[in-house]
Amino acid sequence: MRCPHPRGPLSTMVRGSLLRHAELDLDAFTRRADAVPRAHVLRDGDVQLALWTLYELHFRGFEDVSADLEWDPLLLGARGVLECLLERDLRRRTVERVQGALDADGPVAERIFDMVAADDGPRLAAYLHREATAAQVVEFLRERTVFHLKESDPQSLVLARLEGRAKTALAELLYDEFGGGRPERLHASMFADSLVGAGLESSYGAYLDEVSGTTLAVNNAMSLFALHRRLRGAAMGHFAAFEATSSVPSRKIAAGIRRVGLPEVVAAYFDEHVEADAVHEQLAVRTICATMVEEAPGLEADVFLGVATCLLLDGLAGGELLERWRASGSSDGPVEQVAS
Amino acid sequence: MRPVPSGSPGDVVAELCPGGPMLLRGVSAVRDEHGELHEATRPVVAVCMCGRSQRQPWCDGTHKAVRSTRRG
Ligand code: FES
Ligand SMILES: [Fe+2]
Ligand SMILES: [Fe+2]
Repeated sequence: MRCPHPRGPLSTMVRGSLLRHAELDLDAFTRRADAVPRAHVLRDGDVQLALWTLYELHFRGFEDVSADLEWDPLLLGARGVLECLLERDLRRRTVERVQGALDADGPVAERIFDMVAADDGPRLAAYLHREATAAQVVEFLRERTVFHLKESDPQSLVLARLEGRAKTALAELLYDEFGGGRPERLHASMFADSLVGAGLESSYGAYLDEVSGTTLAVNNAMSLFALHRRLRGAAMGHFAAFEATSSVPSRKIAAGIRRVGLPEVVAAYFDEHVEADAVHEQLAVRTICATMVEEAPGLEADVFLGVATCLLLDGLAGGELLERWRASGSSDGPVEQVAS
Repeated sequence: MRPVPSGSPGDVVAELCPGGPMLLRGVSAVRDEHGELHEATRPVVAVCMCGRSQRQPWCDGTHKAVRSTRRG
């Protein structure tokens, strides 16, 4: 993958610095970042792409960018500025859900499942199940490339920061995500197979230029939580909610893929997730998150922050797709009234 | 079936999740009530305990629908 095309001033400055066209002016960068309206942070393609690009230095990197830049102090400074914007916005938008969970009674695991059950986000999976056209299903797959092609990679960084029972459970979960010893069962590779089956490009980053700011934000939140030890509770809360919102939607999406007549291999990734995530949600919610809070009660609020962040971003990204499809008039009838 | 405490290597450990499935670690297969054998393809499997899964004998998350109706 090459360094992505900029979408505005911040991603232009990041790109210029990565390609060594100009040294990053951190003051100018900070001023620009501070000028971004708060309400736009999550869907601002420029902010999210700039941050995504900086995070990517820690994952696959870019063929046209020197690997030495991963720990460049100026770039880390720029990353910190954007992380601050993102974290502040996520905390601000999730404060009610987090407080609700903190005030509720009962075991942490039940409170996490309750947060997920109470979420009444857009019914993207239901729409894909019953109404989406083949082109819309394909568009959905393209948006998802940003995180499914690096599935569980951010969360794997948290493993070294856990201990005991929570660590064992995360290792078990990751072993399954990473194919259980079979490279062809790596979830990221299964998703790549789905893409090829749907006639799409499966190389990492192929659709980066066209995915929305919100989609990038979904991935950035995972990296933010996973790269900071301070936020390990949020990383695992996010992972738990991600797993706990997957089995049932995956079943619907697989059915939708078959309904529009895409090849079986496209559905295989989603079939796998019906069963896998029914296991993973139990491990992530009960064994990882509940144990972490039991051992370090100070992590409780951050675990709920992670859960609420996952639900919030999933809702925004799903709502955006449904909105786009409705605006393009390619569906009959109001999208939001699809029964689940 | 009751949870079995984890013991020496090779022991199968079953874990019951309240309102959800039974997790089994290290089993090679599960035989269903019709005698049919279902291969376990992952290190931990979740066996449906609510009877509502569409992928018997495995849990497919459907128990959560039961849970939310119960909780109103
Ligand atoms: S226990 Fe999960 S579907 Fe039955
Ligand atoms: Fe997965
Ligand atoms: Fe999973």
